Amino acid sequence: MREVDIAIVGGGPAGLMAADAAASNGASVLLLERDGHLGGQLVKQTHKFFGSEKQYASIRGVKIATILEEKLKEMSDLVEIWTNATALGLYEDGVLTVEKGKKFVKVKPKRIVVATGASEKFLTFVNNDLPGIYGAGAVQTLMNVNGVRPGQRVLMVGAGNIGLIVSYQLLQAGVKVAAIIDAAPTIGGYLVHASKIRRAGVPIITSHTVTRAYGKEAVEGATIVALDEKWQPLPGTEQELDVDVICISVGLSPLAELLWQAGCEMRYVPQLGGHVPVRDSLLKTTVDEIYIAGDLTGIEEASSAMVEGRLAGLAAASSLGFKSDSLEADILDCKEQLKSLRSGPVGDHINQGMALVMSDK
Amino acid sequence: MLRIEEHPILTFEKGKLVTFTFDGKELQGYEGDTIASALHAAGVKVMGHHHVSGRPRGFYCAIGNCGSCLMIVNGEPNVRVCVVPLEAGMVVETQNNRGDLL
Repeated sequence: MREVDIAIVGGGPAGLMAADAAASNGASVLLLERDGHLGGQLVKQTHKFFGSEKQYASIRGVKIATILEEKLKEMSDLVEIWTNATALGLYEDGVLTVEKGKKFVKVKPKRIVVATGASEKFLTFVNNDLPGIYGAGAVQTLMNVNGVRPGQRVLMVGAGNIGLIVSYQLLQAGVKVAAIIDAAPTIGGYLVHASKIRRAGVPIITSHTVTRAYGKEAVEGATIVALDEKWQPLPGTEQELDVDVICISVGLSPLAELLWQAGCEMRYVPQLGGHVPVRDSLLKTTVDEIYIAGDLTGIEEASSAMVEGRLAGLAAASSLGFKSDSLEADILDCKEQLKSLRSGPVGDHINQGMALVMSDK
Repeated sequence: MLRIEEHPILTFEKGKLVTFTFDGKELQGYEGDTIASALHAAGVKVMGHHHVSGRPRGFYCAIGNCGSCLMIVNGEPNVRVCVVPLEAGMVVETQNNRGDLL
């Protein structure tokens, strides 16, 4: 049984920041990442981040991953990193089981920060299982990590920030985007992204959805239809699009399996993307040893995932007595940053959701 | 050609060219590819068929979450090819059943 002060599950933006914060305060850290490299979904984010300097604004996501990883490597006396290590289970006695390479390993940490992220949602339409229908994140991975185009002509479903950003990245990779559609009457993403896409000649069509994919072995076309104000299809408005890829960008769901197993109290909160754990303002779940950070707490952006990671890392370390002189100020700083990231209309939505799962208001 | 040769932000440093087989046919990819990205670049979108309906299956999430891309690799079934790195000489096969380890 491997013992450690704090185990962190997930080497994405939240997990990397949690590891940094915990080790900076003197705790020993074991960071688990199921992939062969750290960074989580940062590695495919080629756009420059918003937010403030503290959240690495104006730096591209892929670069942020490298910066955070370098910081951890400077603390190698306290931080051990396991890549190709998948957390399999989290038991009531606090034991974490891990598949490390081809080996089965047990870990007994004093505290755990779960930062497992999220998975892409799906959409119901005829033939939605055809090859050529890909999640927006999958398209990003294929293009920006592997350097392979998903196809020749894409229908993007979803005009939130991910849909808009990935559409732009498709254009950068030399792929045509036939249209971006969204069932909502307005564009969900930032207008700065939307304008950039429109200037490039891609139509953004609101109040429309996809009803059907065509093709025998893979996508050869799609049917879209207009929706009325009650989100019902308007007969006679069907349009056929000649596309070989349908990219689905309709949101994410928190990956919370480990927390369910560990007995954390969970609630269904649509504003946060699905079932999420009840937590206090220091990101501690209803199980004393377990903390959370990132998309698992509710779907937001990598910027807030990083701040949450730092907060959870600080809180977990301080609960074990690892405290620097600046602890109180650091925690306050995280809370202020989160507050600022959650201002504005999108933030209101998140805050409503957060209020439903906060155990200490 | 689906490989990106020019990009305004990214540069793709290709690894060594390696040969593998897909359903008995020789294909090529690069070190640094996943099995799925090498197949996709070679024009292969169908990675298997559903064990009951027989409908074609491709990848969906490309990060090892969804399980839509399961294939038989070097005789081992249920391999998530979207996250497994390509290696020279790999024998990759379409999977049309649930897969059996025994």
